[in-house]
Amino acid sequence: MLNLGATIIALLIDGVAYGMILFLMSVGLTVTLGVMRIANLAHCAFAMTGGYLAFALISTGHFTLFTALPVAVVVTMALGAALERTVYRWVYTTGQLGQILMTLGLVFIFVATVNLLFGSDLNALPMPKWMSETWNYGDIAFSAYRGFIIAVSASLALALWAILEFTEFGARLRAAVDNPRMARCVGIDVPRVFSVTFAFGCGLAAAAGVLGTQILPLEPWYALEYLVPVLMVVAVGGLGSLKGSFYAALLLGLVDTFGRYYVPAAGAFVIYFAVVLLLLWRPQGVFARI
Amino acid sequence: MSATPNSETAKRVREGLTRHHWSWIDALPFLFAVAIYFAAQGYLPLGTQVMIQIAFAMSLDLALGYGGIDSLGHVAFFGAGAYTAGLFAMHVNQDPILGLTVAAVAGAFIGLVTGPLVLRTRGLTLVMLTLAVATMLQELANANAMHPITGGADGLFGYQIGPVLGLFPFDLAGRTGYWYALGVVAFVFLVSKLIVNSPFGLAIRGIRDNPVRMRMLGVSVTRRLVTLYCISGALAAIAGGLSAQVTALVGLDSLAFLLSGNALVMLILGGTGSLYGAMIGATIFVVLSDRAAAIDPFNWLFAIGALLILAVRFAPQGVVGLIRDQAQRHAVRRGRA
Repeated sequence: MLNLGATIIALLIDGVAYGMILFLMSVGLTVTLGVMRIANLAHCAFAMTGGYLAFALISTGHFTLFTALPVAVVVTMALGAALERTVYRWVYTTGQLGQILMTLGLVFIFVATVNLLFGSDLNALPMPKWMSETWNYGDIAFSAYRGFIIAVSASLALALWAILEFTEFGARLRAAVDNPRMARCVGIDVPRVFSVTFAFGCGLAAAAGVLGTQILPLEPWYALEYLVPVLMVVAVGGLGSLKGSFYAALLLGLVDTFGRYYVPAAGAFVIYFAVVLLLLWRPQGVFARI
Repeated sequence: MSATPNSETAKRVREGLTRHHWSWIDALPFLFAVAIYFAAQGYLPLGTQVMIQIAFAMSLDLALGYGGIDSLGHVAFFGAGAYTAGLFAMHVNQDPILGLTVAAVAGAFIGLVTGPLVLRTRGLTLVMLTLAVATMLQELANANAMHPITGGADGLFGYQIGPVLGLFPFDLAGRTGYWYALGVVAFVFLVSKLIVNSPFGLAIRGIRDNPVRMRMLGVSVTRRLVTLYCISGALAAIAGGLSAQVTALVGLDSLAFLLSGNALVMLILGGTGSLYGAMIGATIFVVLSDRAAAIDPFNWLFAIGALLILAVRFAPQGVVGLIRDQAQRHAVRRGRA
């Protein structure tokens, strides 16, 4: 009989690691959805792009996970910025439906391209040896990979918070988020701030795509498969709220992990049911006011 | 001659009211479908698939094109109808029309349960909730606890469908299926058209264009939208039930997001807010995807993606919109001559 405490700690670690990956993916999306008011269904496609770029780089044999990560992130950011300057610009003024359709079209193009280049197999990035180890403390098993994910994501979240709180760009972004018109009036170039944020969001998603392959394996439908959980994080967190997304991602990661373990008969149903209830309780997002 | 403002207003109101009334054009698609039957017998199964998607896209057009409900989860109704029709045929009664009726009730029921909750919200939250409801249903059908009922990943199969009206048994060549599907599409079209033309339909269009103003006029906006959602859901469920009956198979993919996406593509290709758009878009989409999927499914996906982006950029009103523009330009030119 497995020790209850040990089980709970193991589930907590899994849940937090999953939640952290979701958080990295949702940062860019909450800004585009909540602030730029663009229904961007293609956001997870950037995570997928990052993951596959790293996969291709490592396959060449010249890169390891840690050297491939920055390259994949930078290239994805460039791609995101280029798309934001071109096709996204088309739908800034159309209604929400136009944005949904356009970004859905983008998702299809990403999926088709990835399938053409990499085939339809499930792929995970090879990890350094130390990451695939598990450390045991009595009954408690601690996966090095998950610890690594939590550490990296937490430091990224911390860095993000510091940028938002203490840099001039952060101040500009916060102003643009709170009141775009007033921000414009005091001379902030709001569209530029959003463009930069969009590119950074794509980069963070790419990082999540690279780091999370052991939890969310790469496949061509990745862009659509994980869109729903990421959208849920953003909705529960409150559109445009980074802190909200952080708490929501942790909550959903934990609910999903515990739900799958304790109610295996219901599988992934638990998480969707929970989200629908949460959104009905607070349509603007549970953590919207934080 | 210049008209008095009042008669000018009256004329505009009259035009608004008569825009969707019956004309000989309404018979055209059905004459075309009958002609297909005699001209291209080998394509009847494909034709039947076109009909199923027309019915589905039309139901989405009611909610999205007329009601302004941006739903990414319409497949919830389609799948619910498909599972209901399949289970009904398997366990209760094999009569197809009875099966569709039960499927429609199931669709309306889901609309009634989720509608008041989902339609309280607006914008992105609404989109997200419709998506979450559809995904939730799919996970429910896939959940281990439901396997004995839904068959999980294997789906429902091996059920028999009785003859239509007790007279016409389904045949392998798909002749009965084709006529049956045509009848169902005609029914869906009839219902949609009646609703769109009714005072209720006008109120719905008003809500789409300006919900605040409609509320000020004393219209109970949410209740109207929920009613529309139920009707649209029932029609989508009929499309799903039709699919379950004709193909004698219900899988998890009948609840997959991709079907919602496809229906959106069909609508944007054909044009939203005009029931013909659903017909044209679904026909183009299904026929093209049948041809292209036979060659290379993933390149086809690329083509749909590119088509979607280009359609949003250059033809947001779809084929129907292009035709309407041409007709208007023609009329203007004739007026000048």
